[in-house]
Amino acid sequence: MLRFIIRRVVIIIPMLLIIVSITWGLIRLAPGNFYTQEKKLAPALEQNLRDKYGLDKPWYVQYRKVLWNMARFDFGNSLKYEGQSVNQILFRALPVSATLGLCAYLFALAVGITTGTLAALRQNSWIDYASMALAMLGISIPNFVLGPLLALLFALTLFWLPPALWDGFPSRSIVLPSLTLSALYIAYIARLTRSGMLEVLRSDYIRTARAKGLSESQVVFRHALRGGLLPVVSFSGPALAFLITGTVVVERVFALPGLGNYFINACFNRDEPLIIGIVAFIAVAVLVFNLLVDISYGLIDPRIRY
Amino acid sequence: MTRARKRNVLKDNQPPATPHDPPDLHIGHEYAFAVKDVREVITGEVIAGTSLWRDAWRRLLKNKLAVLGMIIVIVIVIAALIGPAIIKGATGYSYDFIPKDQALTKSFPPFRGPGGEFSGTHPMGTDNAGRDIFARVLSGGQISLMVALIATLVSLVIGVSYGATAGYLGGQIDDLMMRVVDVLYSLPYVIIVIVLLALLPAKTPTGQLAQLFLALGAVSWLTMARIVRGQVMSLKNQEFILAARATGVSTPKIIFRHLVPNTLGPVIVYATLTVPTVMLSEAFLSFLGLGVRPPRVSWGSLAADGAQNLAIYPWQLIFPGITMALMLFSLNFLGDGLRDALDPQMRKD
Repeated sequence: MLRFIIRRVVIIIPMLLIIVSITWGLIRLAPGNFYTQEKKLAPALEQNLRDKYGLDKPWYVQYRKVLWNMARFDFGNSLKYEGQSVNQILFRALPVSATLGLCAYLFALAVGITTGTLAALRQNSWIDYASMALAMLGISIPNFVLGPLLALLFALTLFWLPPALWDGFPSRSIVLPSLTLSALYIAYIARLTRSGMLEVLRSDYIRTARAKGLSESQVVFRHALRGGLLPVVSFSGPALAFLITGTVVVERVFALPGLGNYFINACFNRDEPLIIGIVAFIAVAVLVFNLLVDISYGLIDPRIRY
Repeated sequence: MTRARKRNVLKDNQPPATPHDPPDLHIGHEYAFAVKDVREVITGEVIAGTSLWRDAWRRLLKNKLAVLGMIIVIVIVIAALIGPAIIKGATGYSYDFIPKDQALTKSFPPFRGPGGEFSGTHPMGTDNAGRDIFARVLSGGQISLMVALIATLVSLVIGVSYGATAGYLGGQIDDLMMRVVDVLYSLPYVIIVIVLLALLPAKTPTGQLAQLFLALGAVSWLTMARIVRGQVMSLKNQEFILAARATGVSTPKIIFRHLVPNTLGPVIVYATLTVPTVMLSEAFLSFLGLGVRPPRVSWGSLAADGAQNLAIYPWQLIFPGITMALMLFSLNFLGDGLRDALDPQMRKD
């Protein structure tokens, strides 16, 4: 197990290098620059800018500087948001996205696992069909359609919730974004739980538990759930990747100051340090998270040994 | 699996006198070519053949939801293909037709004309510039469907080649290739795609579309590669591959001429399930302004335009959104039904 963990930790660094290099390469390949967006600059001003940011130096010099900065966790200052360093922006935007993602995923776990288990326990009943149909709906409605529709209904018609606001964790403003983001995951988790539980509930050890006289809730909670949740745990890894792309849209729709919104704006503004900073951060977060998920997978299922 | 129709083919093929005597076989030379199956000769029944595909089709038709999904998909596809032309011919509206009359360049609700009276000219209303939303939704459907199909094809080509090669070569090469797939699977490289599309926009509209096909195909080939690899690994030890190797068929030919055609079942199933995923990705990119750009429309860009005016003109978002959701819903049901129909057959293989 330890060798597995060490191997996975060690591989993070080359992965990060590759991703950052590809991103930086794309930014450098792009025609135009961050200062050509709005109006033509006088040649002297342009020369000043190029000297300041070292844009005239050969590409390998700039590349080395980027890598060296990354090793010191110093991504520089943002080119568009004057005077703010990338680290500052990251520290400000991260809690927003993290809270949003966590709320959405926990909510999706709660609702999805419950629904999936119920559907598995009462297979082919109306609960089963209704929840699987709703799950299919959740997969089919895109979050950029669901989000505005929910905002239209709850915020602009009923006035129960704010349409585009961020107030921190325990407030009404996280309800709509979390709900929008979680819809897709409720659907996937419900389907995965249902199929996992169906398989587990047929196995011999569950039959033994029932034969021993355990109540249904004991059978489910203490024995079946552990095995039936394995697909959900292994789904959590790629789910984080989807979640990040989901937060990009949701933050755009609800105008939240999170990483996704900053990332898209940085892409449109050609804000190179910010793009590299966010991409590096997301890459590391995803790789570490996947490692944690794989470790927990080995802990939950004793049959899996690395 | 076989449907036997009892009919006496050979009139002089009488049943044996006692159960233990073999039947009297009088195969006249005029029947020698008509007998298709040795079972026909012995028992006198005609057995009509049926293939695995026909079985799967029958199983699919029994699944009512999948049939409904298939019908809706076909309806929407036909509407998207011929709708814009019909609408343009009948009323002159198209996805970029802006009326000359200044009073008409506003957003009208469905079935209402200027002045608020009932009028059937715009069943889904108009957008801010007076363009008919129904025509825009159908044109957007054209582009969304085309992008989804071609990107799925791209991901199919990449995934099948990669997976079949990895599965057949085996050993360390396979290990390395699958390691790459595992790592790519867990990365959000939609982020890199976003960076790519934002920073390197192609100049011409066709160039933009080509870029989109490649980008979307590159995002969704991973699971296809895994599935094909699994299939190939179970096929490669069979005798026909041994025979091919023994006769000196080269490795690429073995992979592409022999192994790949036999993996067709799961490939079809997964391709049908990839199409809605790719459609969703394209819509998501167009919503952000990175995918299909004006003057072309796609469902995602229509949703983006509609979301901006949501509070005042909600129909601009509702109609493209509902159409898209309906299409994805039906495609998902169809894909699930296909998987259930083809899967039992695959397990028998």
